[in-house]
Order: sequence, then structure tokens, then C-alpha cells
Amino acid sequence: MSTSHALLGILAARGPTHGYELKREYDRRLAGVRPLAFGQMYTTLARMLRAGHIAEAAHQRVAGPDRVAYRLTDDGRSELMTWLAQPEPPSPYVSAPLFIKVIIALLATPDEGVARSLLAAQRASHLEQMRRLTKVKTDGGASVSELAAADYLLMHLDADLRWMATTLDRITAIREEVRA
Amino acid sequence: MTNQPLSQPFAATGDGEPLLEARNISKAYGQTQALRDVSLSVRRGEIVAVTGPSGCGKSTLLHCLSGILRPDEGEVWFRHRNLACESERFRSRLRRTAFGVLFQFGQVVPELTAIENVTLPLQLGGARYRDAAATARQCLEQLGIAELAHKRPGEMSGGQQQRVALARALVTRPELLFADEPTGALDSLASEQVLTGLVRLAREQGTTVLLVTHDAQVAAYADREITMRDGRVETDGRITIGGAVR
Repeated sequence: MSTSHALLGILAARGPTHGYELKREYDRRLAGVRPLAFGQMYTTLARMLRAGHIAEAAHQRVAGPDRVAYRLTDDGRSELMTWLAQPEPPSPYVSAPLFIKVIIALLATPDEGVARSLLAAQRASHLEQMRRLTKVKTDGGASVSELAAADYLLMHLDADLRWMATTLDRITAIREEVRA
Repeated sequence: MTNQPLSQPFAATGDGEPLLEARNISKAYGQTQALRDVSLSVRRGEIVAVTGPSGCGKSTLLHCLSGILRPDEGEVWFRHRNLACESERFRSRLRRTAFGVLFQFGQVVPELTAIENVTLPLQLGGARYRDAAATARQCLEQLGIAELAHKRPGEMSGGQQQRVALARALVTRPELLFADEPTGALDSLASEQVLTGLVRLAREQGTTVLLVTHDAQVAAYADREITMRDGRVETDGRITIGGAVR
């Protein structure tokens, strides 16, 4: 996830915006994404300033410290449109800790028991999270963006569950291979 | 427990008693054993998902529990009656009066409008058309499809047709709804609309739901999941959210 590009997008939509408002808008529009920490935001804004993607639009002092509003530059708009036009490359590597744990469990323990227990516990944990997310839908009151965030997580959890079921079905064969 | 006479068909169950209970039921089709010694119970107001891979016996279980099929062995208790011993006539009456059913396909009558479809079970139960239509309209409104009242199924999407079928299954306020892969033929958004409507309306009416599915995303709408494999119950767990039983 590119925080800087998301901030460029918010500036493109809103025009000149102060840092505090940028953070609020980021957290509101990207429901379900980890909230943006102030420290991370100001570090990112400093980097975007250096790259020439944003510029200071105005200083405003309202009974407190200077508040700087930022605006999108032409270079920043161009960078945003380039980013939006590029699909995210699917990862060529499996980086999921669960996959690594299952293989190491089959390699380092004497039978399939540890791997099977891990997969069963993981399934229960995934299902609990799926029910929590589904409750967001049935309880009502969620915004469409929140529903979209819940769907994104639900469908990825579902994909994990399918992988776990298939792996359980072929766990003996995997164990024989990794211990050969 | 012994069967009560037919003159008291639906004796009330106590608070602590299950509404529906299977005791050691088995069912075979020729040489193929579909169910093996299955036992489970369902409490009033629960939404229970029965999940498992294709061919694990979950649809056969639903058919035995709803009285469509008679198990070869074992008992199915619903409100102090063992359905496995009851006549087809009795079980048929039960399905008309106390049970609702929702399948994947083909439950709406293509020649009738949505409101006529939903009115049908009420009229079969003896209600006058005007009263039945008012109840049916309310049910369509609760499911967010009141604007479809005078459309025929051919003019609706698959998801809309399935919501009409859901309205028809719930309009009689059944005690138990049996749903067999009710969203198996729908895309994810239509599926969400059907399931959200099902859960909300069932909870409002206090209808107990037994939901058969192979899809974890569908099972996530339930309070409890029973998993099956090779005709047997593999796990039967209460669902918890943050450690609290929902």
C-alpha cells in the first residue's frame, strides 16, 4: 500500500489541505485500512515535498502552531495518474507465515499432528474473523466503503480457508516430500 | 420419549429442550451410505450452518430433518414427535405449516407475479386473498423488494427471484426454515442480499434456520457451524466472537 499515492489522491480530490485534515480524510475514505499515524504522515509529506509532488500552499496560524496546507503539483498529478494506471503485480513468492509454518511443522516434527492442529486452530481463527466481518453486514448501518473493506477481507479469508482444506487433504503427501 | 397422538401435533417444547433433534440417523442410497450415525440438536432461534464438501451427506441430512426423506435408522424429533415414525401425510402437513424450505433453484411459479407467489402458501393455509396479499406485501417490504410485487419471475434477476422465494418460505412465519445452498447460483452481491434478508427476517420472526452450504462465506452468517465429512458429523461448534457466545 502506497501511503504517498493515497495522499496525492486525496489532495487531487480536495485541493489544498492541512496535515490534520489529510489524516482524517485518509482514515475516513480508506475504512478498514490501518489508520495513518501522524508521525508516518509527516515523514511521508516531507518526502513528497522533496520529490516535488506536493508544495506548501499556505501557512495559517489559528491560536496555535503554524498549520501548513499542501497542494498537488503538476508532477504530483502526473505521478498519481501513472500509479493509478498500473496494476499491482501479483507476488511471485508465497510470503504467508501460515504456509511457512505448515511446511516447517511437517519438516521438524515427527508426524502430521502439529501441522494438522495448526491448520485446525487457524481455520477456527479465520472463521471467527469471517463471522465478525459478516456481522458488519447483517447489523446494518455500515457505509458502502466499510462493506467493501469487509468484502475484501472476507474473500481473502475464504481463499485461505480453501487452501487450508486442500492442504489438509494432501498433507501426508506433502510430509513425505519434505522429509524425503 | 414416545410419540404423542396426532390430535396434538405441535406440542410446545420447553425452554431448555432442543426444537429439532437427530438421534443416530443413517441413510443409504443402494450401496452408497449417505449418512452414518448422525446426531445433532438445534435450539429455538438458532441459525445453524451445515457445511462440508460435495457428497458429504449434508443435503441428505437436511431432507431427513425436514421430513422429506425417512432415515433408514435413527430418530428425528421435532416438538415431541419422532418424524421418522410419522406418516407422509403428517410430515407433509408439517412442511406446510411449521417448516419453510428454500432451495437453490426453481421455487417461484413463473406464471405468477411476486406478490401472487408469496401469497400462495397463505391461501393454501386458508387465508383470504386480501389478507394474504397484505401479509405478503409486508414480507416483500421487509426484504427490500416491494417494487417487484407485480413483476413475474422472468422480469427479475436471479437474486431477486431468490428473495421472492425467501419471502414465500418465511411469509407463514414458520418455526423452522430449511435452506439448501440458497445462494449457490448467485453472484456475491446477490448472495449477500439474500442472506442478509434471511438473517434479519428470521431473527425478527424468531424463526430457527438450518442452512446447508459448502461455502464458508455463507456459513459465516450462522450462529453455529456443523461440519460433515463422509456422512458423519466432523465438528459441531458454537461460534464465538471475541470469546463471547453469539
